[in-house]
Amino acid sequence: MKNRLTQLLLETKKNRKKIFCAYMTLGYPTLTHSIQVIKALEDSGADLLEIGFPFSDPLADGPTIQRASQEAIEKGIQFQDFFKAMRLLRKNGLKVPVLLFSYFNPIFHYGVSRTARELFEVGCEGAIVPDLPPEEGRDLEASFRKFNLSLVYLVAPTTSHDRMKMIAQRSSGFVYYVSLRGVTGVRRALPHDLTSNLKVLRSLTNKPILVGFGISTPKQARQVCRMSDGVVVGSAILNAVRKSNGRMDGIKKFTRSLVDSVRSAE
Amino acid sequence: MKNKSQRRYCHPNAQGYFGDYGGQFVPETLSKALDELCSGYARLKKSKEFHRELNNYLKKYVGRPTPLYFARNLSKRLNRNLKIFLKREDLCHTGAHKINNTIGQGLLAQYLGKRRIVAETGAGQHGVASATAARLLSLECDVYMGSEDIKRQALNVYKMQLLRARVLPVHSGSMTLKDATNEAIRDWVTHVDGTYYLLGSVVGPHPYPTIVRDFQSVIGRETLKQLKEETGGRVDFLLACVGGGSNAMGLFHPFLNHKVQMIGVEASGEGLSSKRHAASISKGSPGVLHGMKSIVLQDQNGQIKLAHSISAGLDYPSVGPEHAFLKQIKRVSYKTASDQDALFGFHMLVEEEGIMPALESSHAIGYLTKHAQEFPRGSVIVVNLSGRGDKDIDIIRKFKQVPISAEVNEK
Repeated sequence: MKNRLTQLLLETKKNRKKIFCAYMTLGYPTLTHSIQVIKALEDSGADLLEIGFPFSDPLADGPTIQRASQEAIEKGIQFQDFFKAMRLLRKNGLKVPVLLFSYFNPIFHYGVSRTARELFEVGCEGAIVPDLPPEEGRDLEASFRKFNLSLVYLVAPTTSHDRMKMIAQRSSGFVYYVSLRGVTGVRRALPHDLTSNLKVLRSLTNKPILVGFGISTPKQARQVCRMSDGVVVGSAILNAVRKSNGRMDGIKKFTRSLVDSVRSAE
Repeated sequence: MKNKSQRRYCHPNAQGYFGDYGGQFVPETLSKALDELCSGYARLKKSKEFHRELNNYLKKYVGRPTPLYFARNLSKRLNRNLKIFLKREDLCHTGAHKINNTIGQGLLAQYLGKRRIVAETGAGQHGVASATAARLLSLECDVYMGSEDIKRQALNVYKMQLLRARVLPVHSGSMTLKDATNEAIRDWVTHVDGTYYLLGSVVGPHPYPTIVRDFQSVIGRETLKQLKEETGGRVDFLLACVGGGSNAMGLFHPFLNHKVQMIGVEASGEGLSSKRHAASISKGSPGVLHGMKSIVLQDQNGQIKLAHSISAGLDYPSVGPEHAFLKQIKRVSYKTASDQDALFGFHMLVEEEGIMPALESSHAIGYLTKHAQEFPRGSVIVVNLSGRGDKDIDIIRKFKQVPISAEVNEK
């Protein structure tokens, strides 16, 4: 069975294209505004979207996403807002595949199978849960499978070869490679072992590899795309949102510059 | 009850689960470090030399065994022929049970070849104990502490600095222990190759709840032995305060196969019906925080709620997974004591025994004092006096307006 994500992955593979995935925290700076930003990200050429549902204790995130999450929570975002927002976005013509990005507790608290069913119903393609390694992910995986949703697992620079193989096999859709030892956020340079690690992972799986964490500039995005199937940019987009003063043109311009540089790596 | 207590208690399983609770809910970057920790600890546990070294430190540096003291005056005061014993962890070097764990894990860090330790702290007791172990074992030490706690516990901050630890203020979230723990884990994720994360309670991803429990179990093992001398081995109740739950687990664990009732006392702060409490087990629900599945205080969206207690060491919005399990199988009962109960317990122990307990331990004393009438006549009760109260004197002075002695004398 095909969904928007598998469709995208097939097409990009066939046409040797790269994937630009944009991350945005739902509810930051307000719910309405974040929904507008999400639409703007698609309009600017993003191929795939990660919509973050904020969690009070985001272990894998650096200051930018932490702050955005905290603000969104303080403004009263509800887990159900995610489904409402998705429904609205699809109704208004959002076409790109969307993955929920959240920590496990909100999902666990809402109910694993209930989350899966509602994600499917609102036209979401799956989820990325950074504190859910495959060992703990069996329940969510099973529920997702029922609804043809993807649970994307992460591989890190510290992951052993055997484990990489296992994670790549269990990961649904693509494999998310965490570029660095650390949390999300803008970094000056790419980690020096990125090339060699990606080579190893490439040799172990045929699934597309998207690289995230610490990628913030068009130049970095292009470099990373040359060794992978695409990039995820999050904190840098949130920074653009913070600086935008409620206007979309700055966000669009920044996103377009990232999209262009990804295209230039094709 | 009989059957249950006769079946041998043997948890967690290989995946680090105590029944439904535990596990490893961590970013992938840490998987390797946790694997190394599991296998390193398993090897070290079997090493006679390691146990010799640890025991030597516990005896000559920490001052173990700590006494099991018969609190004659308190027993008399509470009537009913109760025999109350205090396990005097307050007499440990650095003033609390925390050092049992930091020396054990410090040696483990050394064994794993790590030169730097990173720790979280709430009240500062674990921070001081970590900084102390780091000095002793020549490790570099960074301690994350919520900026709110830094204000509340200035003395311990200075102690850590004297011990040449870097105290790193955490301004995110509630600026207390929960956020310090997030930040310590983020630091560990970033410096995972050379850094050892020295967790201070029976919480976090597997194997931490087991490692900390094992190092704290010296409390219960000594108590077992000491009770033989004091009462011929008879004991009816064990009592300990529970924040994350390390002192309680240390006392309880060696007794889990014995016939004795155990009571964990959580902090109900300004009251269970108020929003300001830290009674995770009593008021929480299953959830995932800091790498473990346990019972957590959370709202309807799965956001972690802030915990509150007069004692900075108890205001943690979750509890060790093994406690969640012991509650589930009804092996331990979990009760609460409020800020006022704790203050009452503090003054009671000072007046009757001349001992100033930490506000954490005062919750256990406060619970016992308040509910003494509910214990069967002649019960033998052991209370874990997990730490001494010097660090809390300023807070206690602030609350002293209440005419405590008058209240005590009335009863």
